[in-house]
Amino acid sequence: MTEFLDPSPSHTDMVQLLNPEGERVSHPDFEFSPDRPEDETVRGFYRDMVLTRRLDVEATALQRHGELGLWAQLLGQEAAQIGAARALAPQDFVFPTYREHGVAWCRDVDPMQLLGLFRGTDQGGWDPDEHNFGLYTIVIGAQTLHATGYAMGVQMDGLVGTGDPTRDTAVVAHFGDGASSQGDVNEAMVFAASYNAPVVFFCQNNQWAISEPVDQMVKVPLYKRAQGFGFPGIRVDGNDVLATYEVMKSALKRAREGGGPTMIEAYTYRMGAHTTTDDPTRYRLSDEVEAWKLKDPIARVEAYLRRGGGASTSFFSKVEAEAEALGERLRAGIHDLPEPDPVRLFDNVYSELPPELQEQRDGYAAYLSSFDLEGASR
Amino acid sequence: MTKMTLAKALNAGLRRAMEDDPKVVLMGEDIGRLGGVFRITDGLQKDFGEARVVDTPLAESGIVGTAVGLALRGYRPVVEIQFDGFVYPAYDQIVSQVAKLHYRSGGRVAMPMVIRIPFGGGIGAVEHHSESPEAQFAHTPGLKVVACSDPVDAYWMIQQAIEHPDPVIFLEPKRLYHSTKADIDVDATPGPLFASRVARSGSDVTVLAYGPTVKTALTAAEAAAGEGKSVEVIDLRALSPLDMAPVVESVRRTGRAVVVHEAHVNLGLGAELAARITEACFHSMEAPVLRVGGFDTPYPPARAEEYFLPDLDRVLDAVDRSLAW
Repeated sequence: MTEFLDPSPSHTDMVQLLNPEGERVSHPDFEFSPDRPEDETVRGFYRDMVLTRRLDVEATALQRHGELGLWAQLLGQEAAQIGAARALAPQDFVFPTYREHGVAWCRDVDPMQLLGLFRGTDQGGWDPDEHNFGLYTIVIGAQTLHATGYAMGVQMDGLVGTGDPTRDTAVVAHFGDGASSQGDVNEAMVFAASYNAPVVFFCQNNQWAISEPVDQMVKVPLYKRAQGFGFPGIRVDGNDVLATYEVMKSALKRAREGGGPTMIEAYTYRMGAHTTTDDPTRYRLSDEVEAWKLKDPIARVEAYLRRGGGASTSFFSKVEAEAEALGERLRAGIHDLPEPDPVRLFDNVYSELPPELQEQRDGYAAYLSSFDLEGASR
Repeated sequence: MTKMTLAKALNAGLRRAMEDDPKVVLMGEDIGRLGGVFRITDGLQKDFGEARVVDTPLAESGIVGTAVGLALRGYRPVVEIQFDGFVYPAYDQIVSQVAKLHYRSGGRVAMPMVIRIPFGGGIGAVEHHSESPEAQFAHTPGLKVVACSDPVDAYWMIQQAIEHPDPVIFLEPKRLYHSTKADIDVDATPGPLFASRVARSGSDVTVLAYGPTVKTALTAAEAAAGEGKSVEVIDLRALSPLDMAPVVESVRRTGRAVVVHEAHVNLGLGAELAARITEACFHSMEAPVLRVGGFDTPYPPARAEEYFLPDLDRVLDAVDRSLAW
């Protein structure tokens, strides 16, 4: 069985268009053919990945400084996320886990809003409909059903297979290798197949479900599970942004045209910890991490651009300066995130405050203000 | 005026809601061609099509989870859970997603969804078909929980629940589905959804009930009247939020309250009602709030359910104990 799980890029099971050395490789079914000029597109991917990694590094540091309660790192998964997100059409809708910072970036969600969630000033400060990007979902796999239902709604709206690429809509369900064991993920696939829903199941197989390695619970390559549900599955090198982009693009196109669901397994690696509370040295060998470092998603794009002349030296320094500025903005902005007002705890439990909850709120407000009076009288 | 059973009234209410709002979509197991195992959706797929009356795969979490996605897309899903005991596979989606999305999103996301659950026993069914899980949902902030007890309420409450912007757990007393008929004036203006209602006036004891036990309480009140005891019966209708005003008014008059539900007594709705009545009516109370309910055992085999379920005599016994306190 282990040969199926072989992460080696030469493995025929896996679509790859840019190898770890930064060399373009060909694939019989997929060719890198972006809508915009090639070099410009690859430079865009590079910039997205660098800035996303900087966001991740800064957020991790902010957690270490006590500014965030928690942070879920994406280190190493930048290509999978940027490739998947840049393949989207504006009208497509994405349902993320809690680690899709790169996808959030591409959907123009302000990184400060991601920090707000992990700082605990709110539980997701962006408007899903404004960004076509759902709220982070922490219960593992739950959002795959929401994506499938949303896709059923798209179908009911008649926005599949109209032939108009600016209207036809696809939906993306993000999840990971660990989530593939969840009932909800499997039910989502049953429903998606049953209704031929325009949904792409995008699984970032980062090899680790916190401390449990993927082969402990996955006994066939993940993408092969799709066949059992009745739709195609495909494995792509998740550290190859070109391949991820192309494979995602074709799956989204298929969904929009009425071809139904696809599962993509983006084969990648969680270079960091599961979250900032985790200590991977307790369960995995540094050899493994070192081996994956050689497959770094950003380094290979940089090598490609430098070697092929796709970007000038000034481009790299400009991106680096942008990353510095982003880091500075996040560090400076963290204290500007508004602290929650205790009385506003009661807002938005329901569309309107029921009388008994209003009573609870008013009682709490009176209790709190009794301390003000004490203070004033002193 | 049309005479309808509770089942027919629900069917007519669903039909009208679907006519009024093209975004209303029904989902559930066997609700299409079959019309549901209780025939509540009978004929609706034929008239509204497979896209609006959706026969789903047999997976409750899948039904509710995809309904969340439909609601996010602007639909108003009405989910049928086939039997009370089968709601638990969907419990996570209901409690962690349906109930919390509006809050999590700071009010940006609406979750207009109705989850219909036939609940309660008395139909001689096998295990898991006779449960009363209402407290599990009433305990969850973000959900609203209502129970109908007669055809008129069934007709209006289902429409009001569907129209309501928050998620509503809609409990249907399955043993009353086909029992009695009532006249329904479809041109009437219904009262508010989240309001309790005095079902029978009285002056000696207040009996609080909802869903299937309203009928039991009314029968008990009738029997008590024969013995010269005046029992007021309140049909709570809304279990979350509770509408306490009529309850408080009543108990301040009678000084005595008995709560009747099929659910287990321990931490059931009766416990919450007892606490609230005590807080609001302490100085008027002649007796502690008494509870008559299902015992704190799993639901028993069908041939023992009559021992478990609150019946006329157990309600009368509690009324007597309250009066004798």
